[in-house]
Amino acid sequence: MFENADALLLARIQFAFTVSFHFIFPAFSIGLASYLAVLEALWLKTGKQLYQDLFKYWLKIFAIAFAMGVVSGIVMSYQFGTNWSVFSDKTGPILGPLMAYEVLTAFFLEAGFLGVMLFGMNRVGKGLHFFATFMVALGTFISAFWILSVNSWMQTPVGWSVSEAGQLLPEASWFDIVFNPSFPFRLVHTVIAAYLTTALVVGGVGAWHLLKDRTNQHARKMFSMAMWMAALVAPVQIFAGDMHGLNTLEHQPAKVMAMEGHYESHPDGAPLYLFGIPNDKEQRLDYAVGIPKLSSLILKHELDAPLAGLDTIADEDQPPVFPVFWAFRVMVGIGFLMLGLGAWSLFARFRKKLYDWSWLHRAAVVMGPSGFVAVIAGWITTEVGRQPWTVYGVLRTADSASPLDAPAVATSLIAFVIVYFAVFGVGTWYILRLMSHPPHLGEKGVKRTEKGPVRTAGITPGPTQNPGADPDVLPESREEATDGN
Amino acid sequence: MGIDFDLTVIWAFIIAFAVFAYVVMDGFDLGIGILFPTFKPGQERDQAMNSIAPVWDGNETWLVLGGGGLFAAFPLAYAVILPATYPLIIAMLLGLVFRGVAFEFRWRDKAHEKFWDISFTAGSFIAAMAQGMILGAMLQGIDVEGRAYAGSWWDWLTPYTLLTGIGTVAGYALLGATWLIWKLEGASQAHARTLAKKAFLATLALMGAVSAYNLVLNPEYSDRWLTAPEIYITGWVPIVTGILALSLLGALRKERNSKPFWLSIALFFLGMAGLGLTIWPNVIPPDVTIWEAAAPEKSQIFMLIGVAITMPLILAYTGWAYWVFRGKVGTEGYH
Ligand code: HDD
Ligand code: HEM
Ligand code: HEM
Repeated sequence: MFENADALLLARIQFAFTVSFHFIFPAFSIGLASYLAVLEALWLKTGKQLYQDLFKYWLKIFAIAFAMGVVSGIVMSYQFGTNWSVFSDKTGPILGPLMAYEVLTAFFLEAGFLGVMLFGMNRVGKGLHFFATFMVALGTFISAFWILSVNSWMQTPVGWSVSEAGQLLPEASWFDIVFNPSFPFRLVHTVIAAYLTTALVVGGVGAWHLLKDRTNQHARKMFSMAMWMAALVAPVQIFAGDMHGLNTLEHQPAKVMAMEGHYESHPDGAPLYLFGIPNDKEQRLDYAVGIPKLSSLILKHELDAPLAGLDTIADEDQPPVFPVFWAFRVMVGIGFLMLGLGAWSLFARFRKKLYDWSWLHRAAVVMGPSGFVAVIAGWITTEVGRQPWTVYGVLRTADSASPLDAPAVATSLIAFVIVYFAVFGVGTWYILRLMSHPPHLGEKGVKRTEKGPVRTAGITPGPTQNPGADPDVLPESREEATDGN
Repeated sequence: MGIDFDLTVIWAFIIAFAVFAYVVMDGFDLGIGILFPTFKPGQERDQAMNSIAPVWDGNETWLVLGGGGLFAAFPLAYAVILPATYPLIIAMLLGLVFRGVAFEFRWRDKAHEKFWDISFTAGSFIAAMAQGMILGAMLQGIDVEGRAYAGSWWDWLTPYTLLTGIGTVAGYALLGATWLIWKLEGASQAHARTLAKKAFLATLALMGAVSAYNLVLNPEYSDRWLTAPEIYITGWVPIVTGILALSLLGALRKERNSKPFWLSIALFFLGMAGLGLTIWPNVIPPDVTIWEAAAPEKSQIFMLIGVAITMPLILAYTGWAYWVFRGKVGTEGYH
């Protein structure tokens, strides 16, 4: 019995760890793929070298991020079976087809056109190359569509029945299952999150290079594009998040109670707690600081509307409040910081200081990685808030796990932790190193004058190995090759 | 062993096709990884890697279809086989992590290129070995009680699974070497040819050993291969395998360009057909049939529509991607 509880906890930690790592990469590559498609379209339309340079600059970074997304994703698709086999057996008839559709419509599309996108510039025409880029971007979106449908069905399951063997069978139409009640909200909110995450990274990199050289045209262009994105989309994200929360209130009220820290019910107007230390044992929020009635205003659009608290939920059906409460505040806080940065950039634009205001650039650099923190915080809110269920109200987490011995799960967890930190840590460092080089005219690998001998590298992957020997390597790669050590 | 042609059978064939496509396509990628240390650092290694860099991701996607498809079409099998082979699956996944990132990382960091080359090889070897052993673990039978795996977490480790593991490594090496014969020129092509001959002999010997072992592994298996009337259905497999092996040897001797690769694929096809005939109609030997493990009809139909629409497109654009990068790696710097 005790053994099993250990294995369950370890399996949960393992899933949380591997999926959090995985999501960091899609959060970036969904946005970056679209950004690349936009850059290439602008290049094709205007013929300006600048856009092509930016395209090549970000393509190298994309290649690394995408590779890490793929290998960490493969791990995910097997995690269901290895660690959650009872869950897999029971939900397979419903969730299996949705995931199969993801493979068929998204993963093959991305992977099939990725090779041409990365290596095919000189092999296919410009138009076809753009098509390949566009298909990769479309693939990342379709991938988000299906996997979020899967996740949303687990949050708000509809249209199922139970078979004799205990499997969940699809009853309603597939349309109703795919477009389950929380899916549209989650899709919109998550895809915007990916765009914002990418915009802040691009903006941060642009700002970094502006701080070093304000006249760098490439840095100016990317900074400006990213700040438009932040200014326009951050408010939309906050609105979408609000809608998402209202939807959650309808379908998973206990999760919202945990997000709000409402242990007790408030018959006439619930406060919005800004700070507090959730105390599950005593069922109260210690050191609470709140604004009276504001929570009722946000959630019910009425100051005095009653709101039920966790005291209406049986103990065994409550999520742990601390992670949900704080993760939610981190995400929302970052959302407002992004809004602030976007507004500041508009103001700077208005005063014609967008490229000269060092404090704005410093703020953008600091905010560069904030999207990643926000998306992970968002998922912790969503997933921990769903506890103790894997399929909400239908299948408990405790009844979902594989019949594994704790040592087996512990060993694999340690292996994942070591390998992920080492491999993805190094990969992130490579990305940062690429970002530390200013983008500039004639991003390398462009003008091939003669048909030379086999080159060791070109547009990508990466800087050439012996720059001196290769006639058409452009300055930047020389720099990169010597800079690294 | 008559075949009822129902949806479940169609799905068994679709999964088998995905697994076969994976084994062949990622097989030559992994094979190149396994053989990588025998190539000289510098141009030879760069060319070997460049010959698969644009396609490896697509190749690996078939593994996701195999696994995801199993989850969708035979959830019970997915829920039993993965816990039963838990350490192997984890090892395979971690191997694929190292193999996959090496494609990008080795170009990014000249100072650690050696390290990423080693992880490319180690990752490929571990993934191949683990895949072969998973196959072996299925063939030797899995302990099931109710709807769950009932064995311990080391049941998969036997001499038999070690044999199937090594056999898979050798087979992948053969695929990788013959792919390189097709893609390389000059001295490096000659080197690939030498490797192919060795891998061919190893593959053939290990295929034979696994087949012989199958006969003692389970009396049902030997009945199927050695007694009438089953032998009329199964008997052609060894015969055709023999013919293919001889022509592959001939193609290698005559220094043919792409033929050895295609013949190696055919050899793999025969191997898989043989295994399929051995376990049919079980999906988890010795007791669980495909019908017992199958998803309900509603799920099968929904997915079948998806496969019918997308598979022709997938095959078309995958074919196009290969076409774009056709020819020798060396004739033109394509990066
Ligand atoms: C850049 C990323 C980002 C930003 C700035 C925000 N969010 Fe968010 N949020 C996510 C990224 C995210 C996410 C990663 O996409 C989540 C996790 C799962 C999901 O559905 O979306 C999420 C979940 C999530 C949930 C949980 C829904 C549920 O599962 O029941 C709520 C209520 C909000 N968000 C609300 C907000 C509000 C009010 C924000 C405004 C300040 C906000 N989010 C900013
Ligand atoms: C799609 C199928 C998914 C399943 C079956 C699933 C299942 C689970 C389970 C069983 C846990 C452990 C429960 C617990 O920790 O209390 C968990 C936790 C978690 N999941 Fe999910 N999840 C899914 C999708 C995702 C996705 C797509 C993400 C983000 C990218 C995600 C992020 C997390 C996080 C951050 C945790 C941590 C929770 C914790 O520490 O407790 N999940 N999930
Ligand atoms: C438990 C949940 C998840 C599973 C099982 C999963 C599975 C996978 C797999 C197998 C791959 C590799 C595909 C390939 O070979 O090309 C992958 C990549 C990808 N996944 Fe996930 N995934 C999960 C969560 C998510 C979420 C929540 C999103 C987005 C909202 C997402 C978006 C992507 C994208 C865009 C890629 C392409 C590679 C990249 O962009 O990094 N995935 N995923």
